[in-house]
Amino acid sequence: MFPNRLFRTSTFRYAMLYMAVFGLSVCGVLVFVYWSTVSVIDAQSDDTIEAEITGLAEQYRERRVVGLVEIIRQRSSGESGRRGVYLLTDPFLTPLAGNLAGWPEAAKGPPGWVDFHIKQAARPALRPQIARARTFELDGGFHLLVGRDLTERAAFRETITNALIWALLATLALGFGGGLLLSRYFLRRLDAINQGSRAILHGDLTQRMPVTGYSDEFDRLAENLNDMLDQIERLMEGMRGVADNIAHDLRSPISRLRSRLEVTLMAQSDPEEYRTALAKTIEETDGILDTFNALLAIALAESGVLRDRFERLDLGALVRDAAELYGAAAEEHGLRLDVDAADDCLIDGDRNLLSQAISNLLDNAFNHTPENGSIALAARRGQDGRPEFSIADTGPGIAKEERQRVLERFVRLDDSRSTPGSGLGLSQVAATARLHYADLSLEDNAPGLRIRLRFPATEKRLESQKRLTYNNMQQ
Amino acid sequence: MRLLLIEDDTEAAAFLRKGLEEAGYVVDHAATGPDGLHLATTEAYAGMIVDRMLPGMDGLHIIELLRKEGNTTPVLILSAMDRVDDRVKGLRAGGDDYLTKPYAFSELQARLEALMRRGQAAPTETALTLGDLEIDLLARTVTRSGTRIELLPREFQILEYLMRHSGQVVTRTMLLENVWNYHFDPKTGVIDVQISRLRQKLDKDFETPLLHTVRGAGYCLRVPE
Repeated sequence: MFPNRLFRTSTFRYAMLYMAVFGLSVCGVLVFVYWSTVSVIDAQSDDTIEAEITGLAEQYRERRVVGLVEIIRQRSSGESGRRGVYLLTDPFLTPLAGNLAGWPEAAKGPPGWVDFHIKQAARPALRPQIARARTFELDGGFHLLVGRDLTERAAFRETITNALIWALLATLALGFGGGLLLSRYFLRRLDAINQGSRAILHGDLTQRMPVTGYSDEFDRLAENLNDMLDQIERLMEGMRGVADNIAHDLRSPISRLRSRLEVTLMAQSDPEEYRTALAKTIEETDGILDTFNALLAIALAESGVLRDRFERLDLGALVRDAAELYGAAAEEHGLRLDVDAADDCLIDGDRNLLSQAISNLLDNAFNHTPENGSIALAARRGQDGRPEFSIADTGPGIAKEERQRVLERFVRLDDSRSTPGSGLGLSQVAATARLHYADLSLEDNAPGLRIRLRFPATEKRLESQKRLTYNNMQQ
Repeated sequence: MRLLLIEDDTEAAAFLRKGLEEAGYVVDHAATGPDGLHLATTEAYAGMIVDRMLPGMDGLHIIELLRKEGNTTPVLILSAMDRVDDRVKGLRAGGDDYLTKPYAFSELQARLEALMRRGQAAPTETALTLGDLEIDLLARTVTRSGTRIELLPREFQILEYLMRHSGQVVTRTMLLENVWNYHFDPKTGVIDVQISRLRQKLDKDFETPLLHTVRGAGYCLRVPE
């Protein structure tokens, strides 16, 4: 079954296809070599024959048949007679001189060029020789044949043909074997990945694809799959986290609510007390709802699905809108609200979540900045050209070692217990920042807190995405 | 006025019905999609409240079918799906407003009223008046008893919205959605402050207050009786 799988791999099919193309081109080259060589040889032997004929014709003009007989005898016995083919016969085709035993059958037609096999009584052991010759009919009915032995050409043709066959066989063998080897290699690499994914399918989510370290395409595939799995794991953790948080943080207010209602029902209350209890209940329900909505918004931001619907936004405009909404309230609270919003800060993002994040940060700043303090909102391009949002207040700030912790869900620093809030505002901001590949940092505003969101430059969002994935892998 | 309520949660429907009947409406209730569609096509209603996830037929599908038939009854969609694209889908299907569950009854009532009056208002007005208050939508100016009142652009937008819904309760979320396009509720009482600013400019120098706060619900712009 294993070899059968090998044959069915696409690598093997491509190897076979490549082999066919390569074999055809080898054939083409050999055929071309064959044809060009043979035609050179043919032309050469025809030229030689023509030259001989010219010599013989001269003799014939001077000394007629006697001269011909003489020179033919001389040539066919000499060293040059090895390849020259001569025959002079009388009108009845009885040989007079030359190195052929008899007038060839093939040359019995009208005078001209003829190809024929030489039957040599003298050298019968040899394979039948091939010759090419020109025949003439001389005055007085004499027949003359002048030609060349072409056995060499035939041998050459045979050599080429053999070479062709061997080359083809070698190509086939190498191609087939190489194809098998290649497919086995690729199949093995893919099988490792397939096994990994099957293990994951069967529930082992900690499993990762093997990475060999060659940094080839399989490693890249495996790395991408691993990144994907990391992302899925993070999402699942997020989901679990949401479920845990809902269970943990909605249970207590709901049970508080329930006991309030129970107690109100038990007590012999007058309508006014009922009314107060109900109003309080509605208020508490709204609080629960806020927590619930914040949890959902965080989960939505963390799932990353909104990235498909990102639009090009003017960060400055978002900041100006928020500042305008909060401006009157700031005056009411005795706070100064400064806005520094450039109009060249374009980002790709989700308008609703970003507005909500800015609004959350403003709510926090309002809660923590004492009267006569100031809050500064800014949307600017940083020194590296990246759009940047920042909000700075003159409140108590957050101690350095606490800064990371406040981004977690439901963390409320002790000194902020007295101020309202679900404790989810900042984690919602953090989730929104992650969704937008923005770097969130909490800094010292001396005094106060400065929160900075550095967005990726709009055209470089993809690179930033890679960097983020890399960072996540390192964690 | 007669309303159609299509909602499969019978208990929620009963509460809603009770509240609406107390507010003076006559309410027909359908618990499934097909029943709702049947009632909507055979009876005449002043408005409809349609839940999205219904047995038998999606609420959006009902609205689409009604709109295709030329039915223009104002529809308020009620849904637990609160994402912006869910809203967009609902409004594209032909809904006139979208309210997510859970909702405050006062919010639902305010939106319903706004919806049912909307049909009567001429959309191409260039000026709106209420008592001695007049706003010019083209010049973006406000006058009261002939005195010019200077408003910030956003304050003008708030006032315009309140004018268009004068006599009705306008909730904070309605203002946030329609004036700021914010689909969330900021914790700081920003709208209250904005309104009190607006009220300062509108009512301070005049005897009759026009901009009223409706406790637990929102605001109302009206001439007191």
